[in-house]
Amino acid sequence: MKPAPFAYHRPTTLGDALEVLSGNADAKVLAGGQSLVPLLSMRLAGPSALVDINAIPGLDTIEVTEAGVRIGALARHADVLAHEGVRRVQPLLPEALSYVAHATIRNRGTTVGSIVHADAAAEMPSVLVLLGGSVEAASTGGTRTIAAEDLFLGPLESTLRPEEIATSAFFPALPAGAGVAFDEIARRQGDYALVGLGAVVDGDSVRASYVSVSDVPTVVDLSGVPDDRLGEVALEHLDPVDDIHATAAYRAQLVRVLTKRVVTKAREAAR
Amino acid sequence: MSAQDTVRHGEQLHLIRLRVNGIGHDVEVPARRLLSDALRHDLGLTGTHVGCEHGVCGACTVLMDGKPVRACLIFAVSAVDAEITTVEGLTEPDGSLSPVQQAFSECHGLQCGFCTPGFLTTITAGLNENPCPTHEEAREMIAGNLCRCTGYQNIVKSVERAAEITQAKEAESA
Ligand SMILES: Cc1cc2nc3c(=O)[nH]c(=O)nc-3n(C[C@H](O)[C@H](O)[C@H](O)COP(=O)(O)OP(=O)(O)OC[C@H]3O[C@@H](n4cnc5c(N)ncnc54)[C@H](O)[C@@H]3O)c2cc1C
Ligand code: FES
Ligand code: FES
Repeated sequence: MKPAPFAYHRPTTLGDALEVLSGNADAKVLAGGQSLVPLLSMRLAGPSALVDINAIPGLDTIEVTEAGVRIGALARHADVLAHEGVRRVQPLLPEALSYVAHATIRNRGTTVGSIVHADAAAEMPSVLVLLGGSVEAASTGGTRTIAAEDLFLGPLESTLRPEEIATSAFFPALPAGAGVAFDEIARRQGDYALVGLGAVVDGDSVRASYVSVSDVPTVVDLSGVPDDRLGEVALEHLDPVDDIHATAAYRAQLVRVLTKRVVTKAREAAR
Repeated sequence: MSAQDTVRHGEQLHLIRLRVNGIGHDVEVPARRLLSDALRHDLGLTGTHVGCEHGVCGACTVLMDGKPVRACLIFAVSAVDAEITTVEGLTEPDGSLSPVQQAFSECHGLQCGFCTPGFLTTITAGLNENPCPTHEEAREMIAGNLCRCTGYQNIVKSVERAAEITQAKEAESA
């Protein structure tokens, strides 16, 4: 199927883009299009207008400081994944990004787009919440910072307003001595996970965040939990569901196996 | 809307210039025209195939500024700043087969050929980035493309053979 007609805007400044969005209640932002275009083609979405941000200079930045990594709205997954500074300051980012779709999709899809798309099966929203990151949002009224924990409302639903453009996402740096790991099970390498999780181990603190298990990214505190109880304790905070891809029982089993595996890997990385 | 843009059946058309295989083409398209359809229908470059139209199969893969992308997930109007290479643009300047094309022919990398353009573009870019892939890397390089015919073994062989041919050619010209 093909997308329904829409008005197309290709602004060259952020101000112009925000201007179009503010006057157009059901316009949508087009970044990489790797999630939006399939939705349009299947006619699951039918915005009256698209605001293509790809011609706006200065949005494709990746800034690395000792505090963390700031990723601009047009930085593609592939560029973030290949960035040496990102790897050094927050190794969980490249580790999780290597599971986001296939290389060809990562060449076009953006990390910020993936976050605001708020898919419970996507890796980046989960990682942002686990690390306590944030998103910078701009509108004609000004800018605001949305903490990751306040961003996700439900499947494909975030607190970003329709008239806002997410200009960047910030991932705090990994503290010295801490360790991270990410792993997931998918039917084919690069496909959406049946279950995935990332973990951060920092001294006695152990935290994990799940993908494809609940409607919104869920962080579970596993500090002080003995290794053979990690999966069971995680399941007390999660509610795996049946769908076309896997049964709830199978997902629960994956949570048990993967939680132990990922926490162990994060511990080893912390040494 | 620019001065040249017109309206057909109530839908606004955009006059755009696409650069494909080194040549500029002026076309008039609605904003919803997928790049895959613009290449096939507006430019007659039917080498780019369309399978799923939602990013899963990889048949429509073309190179945008040298990097593989899904032509079915990009609007033609959004591709105006890029240099696009389709399967038609992969042959050597003298018209002979590129190393990847030659390897597919030698190793039976194709049967019906429907998926082949997407594999050829993906592998061409993949080998540019990683000229000597391990067996595992060769498999990963094509993980995003689906083939209904060959069972992939011969396609993986083709990746490895293409790497050999490229290296032999480079040694020759060095
Ligand atoms: C075959 C396939 C497999 C995939 N597998 C995975 C996977 O395993 N894991 C995964 O996480 N993702 C996967 N993806 C999705 C991919 O990662 C997308 O790139 C990403 O989810 C969306 O980013 P985008 O830049 O393409 O956003 P778009 O598709 O352009 O936009 C997505 C949504 O976000 C909005 N939006 C985008 N950017 C902004 C912004 N800056 N401000 C405000 N709103 C914005 C759009 O309006 C739209 O509603 C897959 C995609 C495909 C086609
Ligand atoms: S037609 Fe584009 S990926 Fe299948
Ligand atoms: S050769 Fe027939 S689909 Fe691949």
